[in-house]
Amino acid sequence: MVTQDNRRVLLVEDEPNIAEAIQFILSRAGWEVIHHGEGRDAPALARELRPALVILDHMLPGLSGLEVLEALRADPLTAPVPVLMLTAKGLPRDREAAERAGATRFMTKPFSNAGIVAEVRSLTGLDPAQPAAVAQDRAADSAG
Amino acid sequence: MSRATLIGTRLRERRLQAGLRQGDVSRAAGISPSYLNLIEHNRRNVTPDVLERLAGALGLPPGDFTEAEPGALVADLRAAAAGFPGSGAETDRAAELAGRYPGWAQLIADLQAHIAGLRQGMAALNDRLGHDPHLSAALHELLSALSAVRATAGILVETEDLTPDWQRRFHQNLHHDSERLVGGAEALISWLDHSGDEAESAAVTPQDELETWAAALNWSLPEDEEVALARLKSAGAKDLARAWIAAMRADLAAMPEAEFSTAWAESGDPALLAARFGVPVQAVMRRVALRPDVAAGLVRCDASGTLLFRKPVAGFALPRYGAACPLWPLFTALMRSGQPVTARVAMPQPGGGRFLCLAFCEARLPWGFGGPELREATMLILPDDTRRVTPDLAASGMTPPDLAAGSTCRLCPREACPARREPSILSEPAQQGALAPSVGSGRRQITF
Repeated sequence: MVTQDNRRVLLVEDEPNIAEAIQFILSRAGWEVIHHGEGRDAPALARELRPALVILDHMLPGLSGLEVLEALRADPLTAPVPVLMLTAKGLPRDREAAERAGATRFMTKPFSNAGIVAEVRSLTGLDPAQPAAVAQDRAADSAG
Repeated sequence: MSRATLIGTRLRERRLQAGLRQGDVSRAAGISPSYLNLIEHNRRNVTPDVLERLAGALGLPPGDFTEAEPGALVADLRAAAAGFPGSGAETDRAAELAGRYPGWAQLIADLQAHIAGLRQGMAALNDRLGHDPHLSAALHELLSALSAVRATAGILVETEDLTPDWQRRFHQNLHHDSERLVGGAEALISWLDHSGDEAESAAVTPQDELETWAAALNWSLPEDEEVALARLKSAGAKDLARAWIAAMRADLAAMPEAEFSTAWAESGDPALLAARFGVPVQAVMRRVALRPDVAAGLVRCDASGTLLFRKPVAGFALPRYGAACPLWPLFTALMRSGQPVTARVAMPQPGGGRFLCLAFCEARLPWGFGGPELREATMLILPDDTRRVTPDLAASGMTPPDLAAGSTCRLCPREACPARREPSILSEPAQQGALAPSVGSGRRQITF
């Protein structure tokens, strides 16, 4: 079960620089980010880690984001975990397919840092950050 | 506009469609070429006797030329009106328009064909934008690099207490991603540059281009191949043309002209000739149709029913887009590999003729016993005169069944046809009024 103190986010993204940036932003906002660079082992990893949220890229080597999503939803242990899907293409058919497969929400690349933090907070319903870090993020929000 | 005018123009049109020369037609009809020329240019009236002989030489019923309405043109006009339902075009007077203003009517038909071509080109371009793997990959690469740049730049600007180590790290990432952006942009620009070269020819398929090109060559081998190939615009059509030339060469080598002409006139049976020349049956059919000045049509399809090659013949309309009539012997043959299929096919009036169709399908096993079988079927479309064209068939005592077929459902007036898969855009004026079948008895419900 996802508990209130679960600050773990599983990030499945094959672009190292994007992953590094997301990891940095979310870590500073108080989450524990575990990065994984391909699709094939992602479902097993999610089962093992029981994250509060999975951030899933649409285009992945090994298994596609859609296939990972289907595997997550098919497993009772990972089925309730919210999934934030990152799509590079704004193509409606990709989005529809991901919606059918059970994606909780979408972010279209390129995204804003403040935007991704806000999405993660809203999807997990918690804000593990220190008050100072939150203030800094809010400042960044209004500046951006 | 006198009737004679229409007859002359129509004779010329049909002769050109069939790829025949004035000399051949006039000789077959027993009149002088110069007299035919005068007739065709509407300078002489045609007596019923001469018309019958001319029609016979073209392999068409004389009625095709004397009917009140020039069928194909009227069908085109109705199709044009159906494309713009709100236009208020008087479809019931299409025949009158074609009769009184043939030039304007032809212009409407040509514009309609042009619009159809443009629509197809547009759909092809659309398809290409949506599915082109290079474009898709280039855009994905750009978006990925851009995402990384945006996120990294955001961190550098928004994080006040960033340690020098992290700063250096993110600066390096920025540098790396900016290089990727340059590469991605270059790939995209080169794609756009390259696609400009083909934009013009995108309006027609390579198959259309090949058929227009081969018809201009009178379906014979070009004298100078390189010059002929240079006239084709798209790379796809050039590939098809090279394959076509190679097949024609092989056919000519296996079945030399003098020997083949005699053999065909004596026998007219593709299977017997295939055995005699040691070639596949479909090669004989191709050899029959692809000779200069021969009034014979040819269609070839693969196992999906997709038409791979079309040589038209006047009176047997071959669909340009979309699927053909499922009743064609071609498709019957496709289902029975190795068994010949013959039928006397009547195409719908107005404009349709009667034909003897010979179809045959051969299967190949390019993957051996373990793999799927590939099929290709060919149908030879001959003017219906078996005594002349297929002596061996006539001698065998076999009588080909009669078959009422069409071109494609959308352009076929046979409303009650059980094989219909979509409604026709042609109204059938002859059936309206007292003779109209009651709804429900004659009309077939299209099922899925």
